[in-house]
Amino acid sequence: MSMGMPTVVPQQRFERETYLNKAYGVWSWLLTTDHKRIALLYLVSITFFFFIGGFFALLIRLELLTPAGDLVQADTYNKLFTQHGMVMIFFFLIPSIPATLGNFLVPMMVGAKDLAFPRINLLSWYLYIIGGALMLHCMLTGGVDTGWTFYVPFSSNFTNTKFVEAGIAIFIAGFSSILTGLNFVVTIHRMRAPGMTWSRLPLFIWAHYATSIIQLLGTPVVAITIVLVAAERALHLGIFDPRLGGDPLLFQHLFWFYSHPAVYIMILPSMGVVTEIIACFARKRIFGYQFVAFSSIAIAVFGFLVWAHHMFVAGISVYSALVFSFLSYAVALPSAIKVFNWTATLYKGSIHYDAPMLYAFGFLGLFTIGGLTGLFLAALGINVHVTDTYFVVAHFHYIMVGGALMGYLGGMHFWWPKISGKLYPEGWARLAALIVFIGFNLTFFPQFVLGYLGMPRRYYDYSHMPEFQVLNVLSTAGSTVLGVGYLLPMVYFLWSMRYGKPASDNPWNAAGLEWRTASPPPTLNFDVEPVVTWEAYNYEELDAPPQTQEVTVG
Amino acid sequence: MAEAETVMGLHQEELQHPELLHHFADAEQQRNSASLGMWVFLGTEIMFFGGMFCAYLIYRHWYFGDFGAASKSIDATLGATNTAVLICSSLTVVLAVWAAQTARKTLLVTMLTITMLLGLVFLGIKAKEYSDKFEEHHVPGASFSFNNAPLPHHPGQYANPRHAQIFFSLYFMMTGIHALHMIVGLGIFSWLLCMSWKGRFTPTYYTPVEVGGLYWHFVDIVWIYLFPLLYLIDRRR
Amino acid sequence: MAEHTASNHSKSSPLKLYFGVWATLLVLTFVTYEVSLVDLGPFNSVVALVIASIKATLVALFFMHVWHASEKLTKLVIVAAVFFLLLLLGLTMTDYATRPWS
Repeated sequence: MSMGMPTVVPQQRFERETYLNKAYGVWSWLLTTDHKRIALLYLVSITFFFFIGGFFALLIRLELLTPAGDLVQADTYNKLFTQHGMVMIFFFLIPSIPATLGNFLVPMMVGAKDLAFPRINLLSWYLYIIGGALMLHCMLTGGVDTGWTFYVPFSSNFTNTKFVEAGIAIFIAGFSSILTGLNFVVTIHRMRAPGMTWSRLPLFIWAHYATSIIQLLGTPVVAITIVLVAAERALHLGIFDPRLGGDPLLFQHLFWFYSHPAVYIMILPSMGVVTEIIACFARKRIFGYQFVAFSSIAIAVFGFLVWAHHMFVAGISVYSALVFSFLSYAVALPSAIKVFNWTATLYKGSIHYDAPMLYAFGFLGLFTIGGLTGLFLAALGINVHVTDTYFVVAHFHYIMVGGALMGYLGGMHFWWPKISGKLYPEGWARLAALIVFIGFNLTFFPQFVLGYLGMPRRYYDYSHMPEFQVLNVLSTAGSTVLGVGYLLPMVYFLWSMRYGKPASDNPWNAAGLEWRTASPPPTLNFDVEPVVTWEAYNYEELDAPPQTQEVTVG
Repeated sequence: MAEAETVMGLHQEELQHPELLHHFADAEQQRNSASLGMWVFLGTEIMFFGGMFCAYLIYRHWYFGDFGAASKSIDATLGATNTAVLICSSLTVVLAVWAAQTARKTLLVTMLTITMLLGLVFLGIKAKEYSDKFEEHHVPGASFSFNNAPLPHHPGQYANPRHAQIFFSLYFMMTGIHALHMIVGLGIFSWLLCMSWKGRFTPTYYTPVEVGGLYWHFVDIVWIYLFPLLYLIDRRR
Repeated sequence: MAEHTASNHSKSSPLKLYFGVWATLLVLTFVTYEVSLVDLGPFNSVVALVIASIKATLVALFFMHVWHASEKLTKLVIVAAVFFLLLLLGLTMTDYATRPWS
């Protein structure tokens, strides 16, 4: 997508060498070790998978427009929601912010020339592409119907769809995710510029550090789980097969040991993005920097202690359920600390309502709803009542779409001038933010009600409960609005690459090292090696001196 | 890294350290990054094997006696020999690192070669073990049979073949994935051997030897746990 | 780097240490092999795992240079990984150890 872009430069500007115009041609992209180019490679790839996953989502919503199962067959429907989940989680949400914005920004924010292992970074993209190609092949040749959670014994003994291929695809994508996390951890420890102490790091970096911990310690467990399921399927080992003395619940333990923390892989980077945006557009230092920083680490650690709340009705012991219910409440503490600190940052700030901030506000509201309904689900009694209903579906979409995706879009708008060197059209961006927010709530709020009233998830036909149709129609209508809201940014981002106004180095007058270099940055990020002598988010200083010019917002 | 020349202020460093990559400030930073990277990777490896250890723990807890009976059918002496082989290879690895540190090229090449030979011996013994199991029909699957194996300490009772099969499944998965790591290690060490043959390593630059060594030692540590858990469960008289 | 090699070389030659650790590991392997023949009841597994842990610690401390010439960060990585492994095992066992039906 970006390949042909720099050849046409409408504004005559004296050609400063940037990472975009340093070299041209396909190979200069496919063999690059520049973290910024790899970030763009990832951006194109995950956008592709996002729209595939979104296409499945729209088909699911269309099927549920009417109570009868009239659009697709039951089998097809099973494949639709499975592929929607697998694509969105493993090929969009997990790499979304870390592999694009994180890849682009982590070295710049710490003042480094690149990530610690640039070639491993490129390798991680290739692994992602191999995994993605396998998943694509799997979908085109029949797909999988196990649900994204591929519970045994269905996945290991019964389904006749291509589970093994999908499993290998996820395994490879997981390896790519591990390598990204490994690169971030080493970069944050080893590559910080002189003066960039831990307490001066942007909170985006802290969030990515916490995310990397989860990627590194969680992903290998799901990888070995996939290996075990595949072996079970091929050889009938009996490890997970109750007829042979195995325990299917062991699979669920191992699976959720990764897959619950995986939710925090998706949400933590988004929290980091939102922290940057809120500080910039409230023109204030983040309230309680240390609390926000350490709450990221706390979320990463606590996230590993709560997995069995996905299994309350599956047959774990009552004692265990009690322990995990209690621990699940504990994870609300660091999340609440973050929300309170963001709110306190906004208090008496001079707030600018630009598009990134609108997304950040959207995140705040939707994440809070998602988090609070998570507390409902952590409570044993209510959990039993709403397990496997649309209440759960609505809850995790509020976290993953309302939270993670809002943060991703906000971040894309915030750093787009830096990434592309062009300004996006602010009016359209605000409109898109509004459409996404309205569309999202229209899609998923009715699902809370549906679930509470008892509509089960994964049903393609609800003709025996036609009273649910009104809410389902609302939800389907909302998903169309949401689809428009997601298409819009892609259109105007692409448009701005050619026709957008050139961005200044720091269009938001934001703090942070990445804004102290050119837009787009040179290949080695900084012309002069940065030395950090100021604290993070020094907006009071930035805004105080009289020579400050008007803030040039989009 | 063609960009290296354009980096400001690094020419001096570069003359001294031709292996320095462009994005590092100095050789120490590069070295420390590689070392931390390997340690972090080994952390993920602990969790990768951890999933299997978790499965082992649970079924060992459930099928205590059956696991004992199944374990008895594996040759503990072969396992102990393999443990000794790996421990010796760890010694040669650490000597190789020392040789690289102190610029003893011949010793370095010798030690790397011996390490790889020991690795091959380990895999050979492993293959012998596997073929024994294959002949005894102890490989899980259609032709698996484990009948009339007495349950230890319960005279007159026999192990449940299905539960024994779970033991053998875990045995093959754990040792198989460990052997896969050994093979990857042999690959890494052939590359190291090649590089040290060409004299690429100096007392100021031997990070690959050191980092490759860390990996080898880790694979050794995994075996140190697999040995008692799989071979020595229930040998008491 | 400079400090690193210095700290390694301050002990003139670490060879004695390496061979000592190697010999200890071999002895421990022999011990664990022999002790498994003695009936210690439930303590057979405990003894075997304790010996394995001693061996693993020796390898990490001396062969992987965690004792000398490594910083706190390396130790932190090891402790963190082992801690999360124990979390996986421990929290899973809260289920298996308390199921009345199994």
